[in-house]
Amino acid sequence: MPELGRAALVVTLGLSTYALVAGAAAAYLGRRRLALSAQNALVAAFFSTLVASGVLLSALLRHDFSFTYVARTTSAALPTGYTISAFWGGQKRTLLLWLLVLTGFGALAVRLNRGWARDLIVWVVPVFGAVAVFFSFLVVAVASPFAVQPAPADGAGMTPSLQNPYMLAHPPLLYLGYVGLTVPFAFAIAALLSGRTDERWLIATRRWTLVAWTALGIGQLLGAHWAYVEVGWGGYYAWDPVENAALMPWLAATAFLHSVMIQEKRGMLRVWNVLLVMLAFSLSLFGTFLTRSGVVNSIHSFTQSSIGPWFLAFIALTVAVSLALLFRRLPQLRSPTRLESPVSREAAFLYNNLLLLALCLTILWGVVYPLLSEAVRGEAVVLGRSYFDFFLRVFGLPLLLLMGIGPLIAWRKASLRSLVTTFRWPTAVALATGVVLLLLGAGSSVPGLVTYTFAAFVAATIVMEFARGTRARKALGAATWPGAFHSLISRNRRRYGGYVVHAAIVLLAIGIAGSSAFDTVAEAKLRPGESMDVGKYTLAYRSLDERQVENATEIRATLGVSRGDRDLGTLEAGKNAYTIEQQVSNEVGIRSDRLTGEDLFVIAEQIDPDGAVYFRVFVKPLVNLIWIAGLVFVLGSAIALWPDAREQRRLVARAREVGVPATR
Amino acid sequence: MTEAALIFAALLAIACVVVVALPFLKEPEPESDSLDEFDEGERRRLELLESRDRSLAALKELEFDHRTGTISDDDYRTLVGPLRREVASALQALERAASVQPPSDDGEGRPPAGRS
Repeated sequence: MPELGRAALVVTLGLSTYALVAGAAAAYLGRRRLALSAQNALVAAFFSTLVASGVLLSALLRHDFSFTYVARTTSAALPTGYTISAFWGGQKRTLLLWLLVLTGFGALAVRLNRGWARDLIVWVVPVFGAVAVFFSFLVVAVASPFAVQPAPADGAGMTPSLQNPYMLAHPPLLYLGYVGLTVPFAFAIAALLSGRTDERWLIATRRWTLVAWTALGIGQLLGAHWAYVEVGWGGYYAWDPVENAALMPWLAATAFLHSVMIQEKRGMLRVWNVLLVMLAFSLSLFGTFLTRSGVVNSIHSFTQSSIGPWFLAFIALTVAVSLALLFRRLPQLRSPTRLESPVSREAAFLYNNLLLLALCLTILWGVVYPLLSEAVRGEAVVLGRSYFDFFLRVFGLPLLLLMGIGPLIAWRKASLRSLVTTFRWPTAVALATGVVLLLLGAGSSVPGLVTYTFAAFVAATIVMEFARGTRARKALGAATWPGAFHSLISRNRRRYGGYVVHAAIVLLAIGIAGSSAFDTVAEAKLRPGESMDVGKYTLAYRSLDERQVENATEIRATLGVSRGDRDLGTLEAGKNAYTIEQQVSNEVGIRSDRLTGEDLFVIAEQIDPDGAVYFRVFVKPLVNLIWIAGLVFVLGSAIALWPDAREQRRLVARAREVGVPATR
Repeated sequence: MTEAALIFAALLAIACVVVVALPFLKEPEPESDSLDEFDEGERRRLELLESRDRSLAALKELEFDHRTGTISDDDYRTLVGPLRREVASALQALERAASVQPPSDDGEGRPPAGRS
C-alpha cells in the first residue's frame, strides 16, 4: 500500500497549498465562501494525513519490510509496543507526525475559535496552510516515508536504548509541544497580517500555549527519566543538543506565559509578546531541525542531509517574514501604559522574562557554537557541561527567587514598607532553612545551599498565598474550609494553578541540587563474594546470571544491599545483548528510598569473562523529587487549563457588546 | 493491492475536493459573499471594552489581594484611587462611543452575522 500513502500525502500537499492560497485570497478580498472552503481544506488535510499515517502504522504492525523504513528500524522479534513507537522514531516519520499534529491542531484551533474571532480566523488559515505546505512538501518530495525496496527476511531492528516504555510517550509529547507552538504563532501572524492587534489573539492562544508548554515540559521530564534509567551513565540531563532543542522553546514559551499576563492586566509588552511567540515557534522548528537534520553529529552530515538545507531556509524565511510584519505593525502595537515602578509585579515579571530569555539564548549559543566553529575553523569546539551549568546557576537562581517575589508584589508599584511586611515570613523561613542546612553540612556546595534556601523562600510564599486566600474566601462566606479552598482555586484557576506549577519547579530545583551537588560516587572491580561501600550503603556482589528474553540476552549481576546493620534486599545491574541489532546496552540497577527520595544507582560498567564486574555506584539524594515534580506540574497545568466559566461568560458578554457572534 | 490502493486514493481525493467545494455547493448564489469585518467604530468599541474589563479585573484583584493581606493598607490606598478613576473613565469612554454610534435595533450593537 505505499502508493496509497504517497497519494494521500500528495493530496495533503494540494489541500495545504489551497488553504494557503485560497485562504490568503479570501482574507485579502473579503470572500466568505472562499474562506470557509480554505478552512475545510485544512480539516481535509488532517484526514488525508491520517490516512497516510494509517498506511505506515499498518506496515509497521504487519512487519512489511518492503517499506525501507520498516526494514531499517524494526524487526520481526521487536515487541508490538516498540514497533508502534518506531512510528515516531526516525526522521521521515517524525516529519509525518509533525504534519499530522499540525493539520489536526490547525483544524481544531480554527473550529474552536471561528465563532467569536471569525475575522481573525480567516487570516489564521493561510498561516497554518503555509507551515503545512512546507512539511507536506518535505514528506512528498524530499524525505518520503514510503520508499520501498525488495523485502529482506528480517529488519535491522531498533536501537536498544529506544526499546523502553518511555519512548512510547516521550517523543509524541515533545512533538505535541513543538507543533502546539504553531497555534500561537499562527494567531500572532494573523493579527499582524490583518491589523487586528486587540487582545483576541492572546485569548484564543493562551490555552494552546499552555497545552504545548505542558506537553514540552512533561516530554522533557519523561526524556530525562528515560536517560536516567536506560542510557546508563548515571545522570538525567547532559545538555545534549537534542535535549536543549526541547528546552529552548519551553523557556521561550515560559517567558510568554508570564509576559502575556502583563499585557492582559496592564496593556503593556505587546511587541515583546509577539516577539516571544515568534521566538518559541522558530525554536521549535530549530529543535526539529537539530534532531532530524544530522547537524548535531557534524556540519558535514548536515550538508549531506536531505532535509537540513530546506529546514534552514524555512526557518530563515519564517524569521524574516515575521519580523517584517512586526515592523509594519509597530505603530499599532504601541502600549498605552508605561512601567510605573521598578518595584512592581509587572517589573518582576519583566525581570523573569529577561532572565528566561538570557538563559534560552545562552543555551542556543552553546548549541550553535560547535557548528559555527566547525564551519569556520574546520574543528568543532564543544562547550561542555561546565558552560551550561554556570549559566544555569547565574540565571536560574535569580529566576527561582523571583518566582517567590513576583506574585506577592502589587501591580503598578509597591512601597518598601509593604515589601518588608509581605516578605518577613518567607525570608525568615528561608534564612532558618539555610542556617539549619549549613549546620548539617550542606555548605559543601554553595550553589546547592543557595538553591535550597531560595526554594524554601518560594515554598513559604506559595503556602502563605494559599493560606491567606483560603482564609479570605472563608471570611467572604464559604461554609467550610475545604469549600473556601475550592472556591479560591475555582475563582482564579490560572493564578492558583500557576502557584502549583511553581511548587513543581521548587521540587525540581531541590531534586536537581540534591542529586547533582550532594551526590556520592564510588567505583570498584568486584569478584563474587566481595563488597564495596558507598555513602552509608554496603554492596555485596553475590552472583552473575544470564537469561534469554524475547529479543535479547540479559546478563545480570546480583548485589546484596545493606545500610548499617539493616538488610535492604538485593539489586540487579548488568547488560543486554541484542541479537538482531548486534548491540549491547547498560541496564542499571536502582533502589529508591521512598521516604527520603534518595536513589542508590548501580552501573555494571564492564563484565569480565571470569565473572568479575567493574561497578560504578552513585548515591543521589532527593533525585526522586524531580519525578514527583512532574506529577505536581501536570496537576498545576490541569488546574490552569480547566475551563473557566466566569471568564467564558465575560468574553461572551464582551463579544456580544461589539456584535461578534459569541459561539466559542 | 496497487489497484485497490489507487482506487482508494482516488476516492480520498474526490472526497477532499467535495469537502473543499462544500461552501460553494451549499450556497451557489448567496445573498452576500463578503466577510464580516469590523468597522472602525466597532474596533474602537472592542478596544474600549478590553480596557474596561482590564481595569475592572485589576480593581477586583487589588480588592482581593488587600483582603488576603498580600497588599498592605498603604499600598491599597495608593493604588485603589487611580484604578477606580481608570474604570470610571473607561465606562465614560464607552458611553461616549455608544452615543456617537447608536446600537442596532436589537440593542446589542451590530446584528450577529453567524452564517456558518
